[in-house]
Amino acid sequence: MIEAAIIGISGYTGGELARLLLIHPEAEITYASSRTHNGKLIGSVHPHLRKLLNLRIQSFNPEKISDSCNFVFFATPHGVSQTMIPQLMDRGLKIIDLSADFRLKNLNTYVHYYGRHTCPELVKKAVYGLPEIHKEEIKKAEIVACPGCMASASILPLAPLISEKVIDLEKIVVDAKIGSSGSGVKPSRSTHHPERANVIRPYKVAKHRHTAEIEQELSLLAEADVKVSFSAHAVDTVRGILATIHSFPLREVTEKELWRIYRKFYGQEPFIRIIKRREGLYSLPDPKTLIGSNFCDIGFEIDEHVGRVVLVSALDNLVKGAAGQAIQNMNLVAGLDETTGLFFPGLFPV
Amino acid sequence: MAQVFIASCPVCGAEINLTDPVVREVVECSDCGTELEVVEINNDKIVLAEAELEGEDWGQ
Ligand SMILES: NC(=O)c1ccc[n+]([C@@H]2O[C@H](COP(=O)([O-])OP(=O)(O)OC[C@H]3O[C@@H](n4cnc5c(N)ncnc54)[C@H](OP(=O)(O)O)[C@@H]3O)[C@@H](O)[C@H]2O)c1
Ligand SMILES: [Zn+2]
Repeated sequence: MIEAAIIGISGYTGGELARLLLIHPEAEITYASSRTHNGKLIGSVHPHLRKLLNLRIQSFNPEKISDSCNFVFFATPHGVSQTMIPQLMDRGLKIIDLSADFRLKNLNTYVHYYGRHTCPELVKKAVYGLPEIHKEEIKKAEIVACPGCMASASILPLAPLISEKVIDLEKIVVDAKIGSSGSGVKPSRSTHHPERANVIRPYKVAKHRHTAEIEQELSLLAEADVKVSFSAHAVDTVRGILATIHSFPLREVTEKELWRIYRKFYGQEPFIRIIKRREGLYSLPDPKTLIGSNFCDIGFEIDEHVGRVVLVSALDNLVKGAAGQAIQNMNLVAGLDETTGLFFPGLFPV
Repeated sequence: MAQVFIASCPVCGAEINLTDPVVREVVECSDCGTELEVVEINNDKIVLAEAELEGEDWGQ
């Protein structure tokens, strides 16, 4: 049985981890911490979990965690897990970190995008937690560094075309749109309702942090440097990411060939669906059909006019973009089928 | 006994299984959703082609 701790329970990904672990047949939440909700029941912070989880929130205590848990999830902002994980090492615990602290293999890149790192030696132990790309390494990992939500939405659709050397590695443009839960539970002026409602807001059109991990992972697949032009926009939904990706093939490609490439790469992957239909309202991926689920839907369209292949991907940032993917990783580390507790469709309509 | 034919979608290449197909029957490809018409059946082979469809226009 998996006994899980959630550090950062009061945030949105913490709440989503709790929801998904609650229904997981092989896992139980035995410890949950936050700095500001000590003594409260999880359900008093996350109203949808009321009366379902009879567990009180505590402060972070490594001894108590190693006494009562075998898996520890970090649902904390970057900069936090790097100070806490060293206190949990050598206790036989498996760590699943949802923050950026252990994603980047190059320390200078981490420092450039996020600032100081206090335990770079542990970064080597961490595996980038994108199961569709690193499955075998994840199974053996002590620390799994789960990807950023928009990074997952970018890497997954691009990986097949990069691996098959179909597209130009220096001309990749990702235009991502994300709902408000992507920025976490802590309010700010920009998340205040009068400012956030009704927006289609370009919020980081250049130099977004996720660029670093997208380039890291795609370069590994390409065995060459990949450059990505990434732009993010805030839109007026609570959950969901839609990425529209402009890529430029190095030679002529046909629709049938792209189908073959995507089937070959993802045919066995339970959480990737290729969605590309000729007609109809949902002929390409749409996050509206994925809310609450762990799927990433991927579609494509060839634009012969300019020699472009447009890729479209959609996922729920809190599930396949965060907590669901973290539990998929937990399943792999624990030797379970990766779909355990996760194989259900999204809520529709929402 | 029912006869099962295996054909390939002319649009996306998906494998399509058809039981006792008849010429001019229209079937949907489960991968790409294209409406396909059975245009020919001979012995154990069938030929599928895209059925004529009205395109959609979302305006703007
Ligand atoms: N939201 C998403 O869509 C998403 C997707 C993928 C990855 N992520 C990543 O997942 C992590 C959590 O994201 P989130 O959206 O759930 O954030 P959040 O809603 O802001 O929650 C963060 C949690 O961490 C705790 N916390 C904050 N500062 C802390 C500190 N210095 N020490 C200890 N605990 C601290 C907070 O609780 P207290 O203040 O009560 O301590 C809270 O429970 C982030 O690293 C984020 O980048 C988020
Ligand atoms: Zn087809």
